Amino acid sequence: MQRIRIIYSRGEELLYVGNLDMHKIWERTFRRADLKLAYSQGFHPQPRIHQACPLPLGFTSSNEILDFWLDSDESIAQIQQKINEAIQPGMKILQVLDIPLNAPPLQTLVKAAKYVVMFTDAIDPIDLQNKITAFLSKNTCMRERRGKQYDLLSLVQSLEFTETPQPTLEMTLVTLPGATGRPEEVLDELSIPLTSVSIDRKQLIFSNDL
Amino acid sequence: MTIDKTAIPMALKKILPTVQKPGRYYGGELNQVRKDWNAVSTRMALVFPDIYDIGVPNLGIMILYELINSRSDALCERAYLPWLDMESAMRENHIPLYSLESKTPLSEFDIIGFTLPYETLYTNVLNALDLAQIPLRSQNRSASDPIIIAGGHAAYNPEPMAPFIDAFVIGEGEEVIHEIMDAIRNAKEKGLNREETLHTLQMISGLYIPAFYTPVYNLDQTINSIHPIKDGLPKQITKRICARLPDPPTRFIVPSIDVVHNRIAMEIMRGCTRGCRFCHAGMVNRPVRERTVESIISSLEKSLKNTGYEEIALLSLSSSDYTHIQELTERIVERFSERKLTISLPSLRIESFSINLMEKLKGARQGGFTLAPEAATDRMRDIINKPIQAEQLLSTAREIYSRGWQSIKLYFMIGQPGETMEDVQAIADLSKRVMVEGRKIIGKRANLHVGVSTFVPKPHTPFQWACLDPLPTVLEKQNLLKDQLRGPGMKMTWSNPRETILEAVLSRGDRRLADVIESAWKNGAKFDAWQDQFNFNAWMDAFDAHGISVDFYTSRIRNIDEIFPWDHINPGVSRKYLQSEYQKSLKGELTGDCRGNCHACGILPEFNSLRRQNPGELWLCPEVN
Repeated sequence: MQRIRIIYSRGEELLYVGNLDMHKIWERTFRRADLKLAYSQGFHPQPRIHQACPLPLGFTSSNEILDFWLDSDESIAQIQQKINEAIQPGMKILQVLDIPLNAPPLQTLVKAAKYVVMFTDAIDPIDLQNKITAFLSKNTCMRERRGKQYDLLSLVQSLEFTETPQPTLEMTLVTLPGATGRPEEVLDELSIPLTSVSIDRKQLIFSNDL
Repeated sequence: MTIDKTAIPMALKKILPTVQKPGRYYGGELNQVRKDWNAVSTRMALVFPDIYDIGVPNLGIMILYELINSRSDALCERAYLPWLDMESAMRENHIPLYSLESKTPLSEFDIIGFTLPYETLYTNVLNALDLAQIPLRSQNRSASDPIIIAGGHAAYNPEPMAPFIDAFVIGEGEEVIHEIMDAIRNAKEKGLNREETLHTLQMISGLYIPAFYTPVYNLDQTINSIHPIKDGLPKQITKRICARLPDPPTRFIVPSIDVVHNRIAMEIMRGCTRGCRFCHAGMVNRPVRERTVESIISSLEKSLKNTGYEEIALLSLSSSDYTHIQELTERIVERFSERKLTISLPSLRIESFSINLMEKLKGARQGGFTLAPEAATDRMRDIINKPIQAEQLLSTAREIYSRGWQSIKLYFMIGQPGETMEDVQAIADLSKRVMVEGRKIIGKRANLHVGVSTFVPKPHTPFQWACLDPLPTVLEKQNLLKDQLRGPGMKMTWSNPRETILEAVLSRGDRRLADVIESAWKNGAKFDAWQDQFNFNAWMDAFDAHGISVDFYTSRIRNIDEIFPWDHINPGVSRKYLQSEYQKSLKGELTGDCRGNCHACGILPEFNSLRRQNPGELWLCPEVN
């Protein structure tokens, strides 16, 4: 058995594909690539594919990570070639890595995520900068999600606006189990409608170097 | 007012985050074909007139999509109906119905092809045309509007939709689609006007241009004739068939989101030799033609490679009757068993042989086992020509439960001609006996699902003369079954009797119903096939507004020599044969399977030269000399 890690990007074509559907897309990609996926034990064996962290609907990503297990022993180069031939439009393989079978599960390693927000409508940069400053200078920013109170500000590691070459908002948000910062909630605090931006997840930040 | 083609993608980015399942409206799936708009001369959009989730798995669309896109001179893109939330967002933002591939408004295509597998999609067709900002009626379209074509099973009675459709395709599309594309390309090159273009289409065998035909009515409102309005047009439109089933599609569009069927659909044979008298598909899809095992296996191999799907459905009207079914299942198991596939084989006969087949195919996941006895008394089975002994059903059920299945689904149909309450009671009794068998074998784990549909008389079948059961009778029958088919492990589903009335009216309707359809749509009727959307009042108001009686179409007793609105459409099976089958049903006489013993349904005389050119076992009809 081997454990393989793929780092890939997701483009516009997959903007509205949810996490479960993404799982299926990978399963079918591996089938087309004729890779022998390892299956879980039990009554309903499932292919062993693990995604690092769900990407919200409507986002692109430059840095998605996925682990999967194969019941075979193929070279990384060969695996990469097979996947490249089978992959679907909008996805691009950036890196394929051989991972020790006993490495910790991906989901437990993600610490934070960095998002880049681009504006599709004209904005007022000074007004936005002021709103950011006001937001960051608060002590707390209590919000409610699914009936639970939490402090959004404590989940924001960084939030920066740059005007040139084009207006761009970058933010790094904590992504821990039970404490996930969501870019759309930050945008909401800044009164930026979700329909006026496109958001790319630039990077997943892990607790140790991968 | 409508926004420009180039503005659609940006407008979508704004509205898609606000609707449910936005992935329905964005295209970009694996195996979608994206061609350079300007590099081809003829452009067609195929529309399944329901939402993406239902439309994507449609095999007819897939077949045509692959065939048209295989031409270097043409491109084919797809569209589906938006769900209510998306529709209002589109209307609010002036976004016309667009194709998923290039996000081009449908009005910019040369041809729009609708598939009409069932009648309850008709209002959706009007809604699609309206969303595309194309005039609803053929007579109001201009040179710049696309040619609107429709085909599919419901097109065998085209009359209710006649004013909205420029050309109907009667029969199988695989060969005729190329003739249509050629004709449209030539018409564009020659700069023909709309009327001239339609005229060239009418010259293609299997095409019906309703504007060139006019109905004349008798005083009692029945049809006197439907005849061509000018010389040189055929009096009857004979359906098109492919003498040999062409290679099946293998580059299925694989949606990136979950839809109703996520699978490779493989048609192993077309048509059915059984001759059940209620069955539209069984009559209009004759002659029975089979694919070879070799071709099925190699197409499956290609499809798996192209899609990565984990499920295969082997489709036919009666899988057990496929001549090489044993060999086929063995070869499939031998070839694909390592790939953890789910393989479904619907429409199996009620006998232990079917269980052997299913046992071979069953993989890790095991669903229920479906059987369709349709009726529960010998008398009814003789009427409908589907003879199955109760004892045979019980012993098959016993075997299914004892060989590892916990769940059986039985399909019955109420309301067939001549049915009494005793026949309905027998459905309840038989179902309960099946449940008792299950209990004996696997105890409380045994499940039984009884699906009870209501018979709708269909054109071009022996029951085209029959009456629809009146609403109170249907309710009484359903209530009897609902009362009795309950309890632990037992589940019953039934069809909405008001929806059945609508289906029955539209199935045997004539051209006068077009006004009703349009009014119903204006009253808000759409997605009529969706239980939670079906708006019976919108329809009844429309019937009232036009002074049209529902009973005229549903429960009126039709004379044996009445001219029907679909009589100028020839499915190959002769009216004489249908009539003799109807009369046999009244006497409770069976007609056997037509393999080996031809019952002269009319197919061979109609297509005798095709049969002569394609001898041997490709067709299950006898050879002609």
